[in-house]
Amino acid sequence: MIAHHLPILQIIIPLMSAPFCMFLRHHFWTWALAVVISWLSLVMSIGLLLQVLDQGVLIYKIGGWAAPWGIEYRIDNLNAFVLVIVSVIAAVVMPYARMSVNKEIPRDRAYLFYAMMLLCMTGLLGITITGDAFNLFVFLEISSLSSYVLISMGRDRQGLTAAYRYLMLGSLGATFYIIGVGMMYMMTGTLNITDLAALIPAVADTRTIQAALAFLTVGLCLKLALFPLHMWLPNAYTYAPSVVTVFLAATATKVSVYALIRVIFTIFGGVDILDTLQVRDLLMLFAIAGMFAGSAVAIYQVNIKRMLAYSSVAQLGYMVLGIAMANVSGVTAGIIHMFNHALTKGGLFMAMGCVMYVTGSVRLSDMAGLGKRMPLTMAAFVAGGLSLIGMPLSVGFISKWYLIQAALEKGWWPVAVLIVLSSLLAVIYIWRVVEVAYFTPAPEGKDVVTEAPMSMIIPMFVLIGASYYFGIDATTTLDIAHSAAEVLVGGIR
Amino acid sequence: MTPEQAIPLALLVPVLGAVGIALTGKSPNLRESVTLIAAAITFALVASVYDDVSGGARPEWTMLEMIPGLSISFKVEPLGMIFAGVASFLWIITTIYAIGYMRGHHEKNQTRFYICFAIAIASALGIAFAGNMLTLFVFYEVLTISTFPLVTHSGTPEAKRAGRVYLGILIGTSIGLQLVAIIWTWTLTGTLDFTTGGILQGHASAAITAVLLAMYVFGIGKAAVMPFHRWLPAAMVAPTPVSALLHAVAVVKAGVFTVLKVTIYIFGIDNLAELGSSHWLQYMAAGTILIASLVAMRKDNLKARLAYSTISQLSYIVLAAMLVNSVAAIGGGMHIAMHAFGKITLFFCAGAIMVASHKTEVSQMRGLGRTMPVTMFAFMVGSLSIIGLPPFGGLWSKWYIALGALEANQLVMVAVLMISSLLNIAYLLPIPFNGFFAKPDTIEAHDDEDGHGADEGIHEAPWPCLLAIMITSIGCVALFFYPEPLFKLMTQIFTP
Repeated sequence: MIAHHLPILQIIIPLMSAPFCMFLRHHFWTWALAVVISWLSLVMSIGLLLQVLDQGVLIYKIGGWAAPWGIEYRIDNLNAFVLVIVSVIAAVVMPYARMSVNKEIPRDRAYLFYAMMLLCMTGLLGITITGDAFNLFVFLEISSLSSYVLISMGRDRQGLTAAYRYLMLGSLGATFYIIGVGMMYMMTGTLNITDLAALIPAVADTRTIQAALAFLTVGLCLKLALFPLHMWLPNAYTYAPSVVTVFLAATATKVSVYALIRVIFTIFGGVDILDTLQVRDLLMLFAIAGMFAGSAVAIYQVNIKRMLAYSSVAQLGYMVLGIAMANVSGVTAGIIHMFNHALTKGGLFMAMGCVMYVTGSVRLSDMAGLGKRMPLTMAAFVAGGLSLIGMPLSVGFISKWYLIQAALEKGWWPVAVLIVLSSLLAVIYIWRVVEVAYFTPAPEGKDVVTEAPMSMIIPMFVLIGASYYFGIDATTTLDIAHSAAEVLVGGIR
Repeated sequence: MTPEQAIPLALLVPVLGAVGIALTGKSPNLRESVTLIAAAITFALVASVYDDVSGGARPEWTMLEMIPGLSISFKVEPLGMIFAGVASFLWIITTIYAIGYMRGHHEKNQTRFYICFAIAIASALGIAFAGNMLTLFVFYEVLTISTFPLVTHSGTPEAKRAGRVYLGILIGTSIGLQLVAIIWTWTLTGTLDFTTGGILQGHASAAITAVLLAMYVFGIGKAAVMPFHRWLPAAMVAPTPVSALLHAVAVVKAGVFTVLKVTIYIFGIDNLAELGSSHWLQYMAAGTILIASLVAMRKDNLKARLAYSTISQLSYIVLAAMLVNSVAAIGGGMHIAMHAFGKITLFFCAGAIMVASHKTEVSQMRGLGRTMPVTMFAFMVGSLSIIGLPPFGGLWSKWYIALGALEANQLVMVAVLMISSLLNIAYLLPIPFNGFFAKPDTIEAHDDEDGHGADEGIHEAPWPCLLAIMITSIGCVALFFYPEPLFKLMTQIFTP
């Protein structure tokens, strides 16, 4: 019985618990609630994934109304996997949040923070689970609005302008998306994604549908911060409270990548849009430009959170590049990198959260001698950095392997060379930090070991550990990503 | 214990050793005993596989599947047997040496030093036993990362700069060229297993084979083929035991070992000989041999001179691989062991001189043989073995490489080998000769703060250092009289 209703419970439980925080109003109890809900959500999403792997596509009709009139939740390998990504990160971030939030957010507003985190999580899970294009927009707005609030909650007043800029660009992206959906509705009369996929090929040659595709792609690329539409991201990640940065960096952009995959491979799966409309050329161009621009700019950052943010822009380029190559290896690389990068970047931002907690700054110049002062945190940072570079045994290596393989299978060896070159840029920006933290002596009186609390260290090592566990034995995750990619690429005829 | 069980144990013991070293870090005596015991057990485990491998067995062990279709797996074959044997044996000797050196030189962070050392050895063994190219690459990169803290051990700005060069070149070439070559091989053949006769035959045209081979040879930056050799002289800022074991044996030999392994088991020497794809790379190797020797002559810093000598000697093995016939390959495999013993002796001596007399420049070492006779004599032995004169082991490997060049009708390469030997004489032998026969510099005596003669008060290095030096020198001689185990192993590869 419960197993049957899992899809809706996955959404309804975090959604309802958010207003419940308003009644609790106590920073500790709201936190405890958020932890419980996030763990519950993880259990449910793993349950869904197992169910999907076992039985194939899962369809849940909301209120018993049959699609295409009612809203249906449709779960296949791909979105079951993304659900797990979101809830895993949430489940690890929530325990971590307590100490960090105590330090960075006024205590009387902490309950609002947890309410918003739960809402944001609901939104991201909703985007992933739904099988309805309009419903997707609704969840997109839920997650976006809550993340604007979250970003502005930090002590740093620059967070306000960062949130404002994100609000502007994010709304633009969402509006573009809904315009695209509207145009598709105009031509097909349906909002159900499966239904759209069946009806689009007949009208694919019309200007309206092509315009719709343009709006959808640009809108989603804005949300996923594809270069050069990434302008909102660096400031938002830099000035948001540490916990928010961890959560958004690991999940929000990934979910937008997922939405883009849905549009390209499911809604437009019946028409070969990548080739007929030059979408591929554009996506590849911007993805590769982003890989280089993001990494190159990261090298020159003095604020490490901003450096990691620019690195995210580059990493999102890898995902989009994999998707744009549209062969099984490429899409597998795109999907697996969502998971892999979520673990690695989550771990790295957590390390920065620990540094922030102890030293109150994440500027490079303040990190001198940190290797001695915070040995655990910096060890985690180096390990995460190696994964970002793509060292073997880390998840970054797996992603890179498939991405290069995809390029070589296509015979596009210049692309393979570009992937490799851009990943070498990561060596430079990670090593800048290593050199300061390990080779520059700490200032007087700051060379005693002072680590962040264990409640922050442990979640950090869970993510970093996972980014090595799934790098050493990648068969499980790759099987899921591979089977999802086969279905998606098979959709393109 | 079966050989199949020995493989995982040999990889595990150094790692356990590292854990043990970390736990006993507070007490130096206990810590160094743990290192010694781990080293001895590791060598015993490696040695226990020898009989089976030389008898024709190929023990295998698969750890896990990493990517669907590709696993981390190990398979001991003769070439890996040689490399693993040399690396694990010399780990014992280097540990003895390091005990004397690190204490005598009052180095800091010795626990970290021993931990990284043990991990580096574990990854060297992983490379030696790797059953496919993915496994080899994984351990290749672990070796790079684990030796970085050793290179930058002193933490000075100079060490930091050296660390940049080290990491930049090794990671740059391995990810930029080698990884792409590996994935390319994988997409072409659908396998990365090391297979006798190679896996690429029939899958790649002559042109693609040539490009791939170049990507491998230059991508294996640890082989230090010019122009990717700068990391090795840079790595000389490390403490001498590191330079001795890692940058004369484990790390650099991992590089040339990989080159040999790729030529024999990925490309297949018959395949390469047929396609002629390796021809121009012979000239790259020959160029490296000569240029590095010439540079070595101009280096006054002893460790820098030895580093360039190593670069030159490594390219002997690369050249042997690129000659693509079995005689040259046998010579290349033997040179891994021969050069290891010779060069580690020289580095041990350089370190002993530094600890005992604080001298690092060749020009300061005139007359040093009077106060440090044992060290200088050992230096002479090592030099002669590197040059390739009887009765020292170095003769055999050079002999076979030259024979291989003749068999390949490459008289030019024979000439290169001869010239290089002369250059070796020119930059190595003056050091012990001047040490024994020249008078100590008297000018320096006046610079000395205490006012007494420069070499007064200089004694031999601490006894563990001397013991290690003597063992490796004897090894150089022993390998001349008993090269059969090596020879037998190497011929095993080509006689199915």
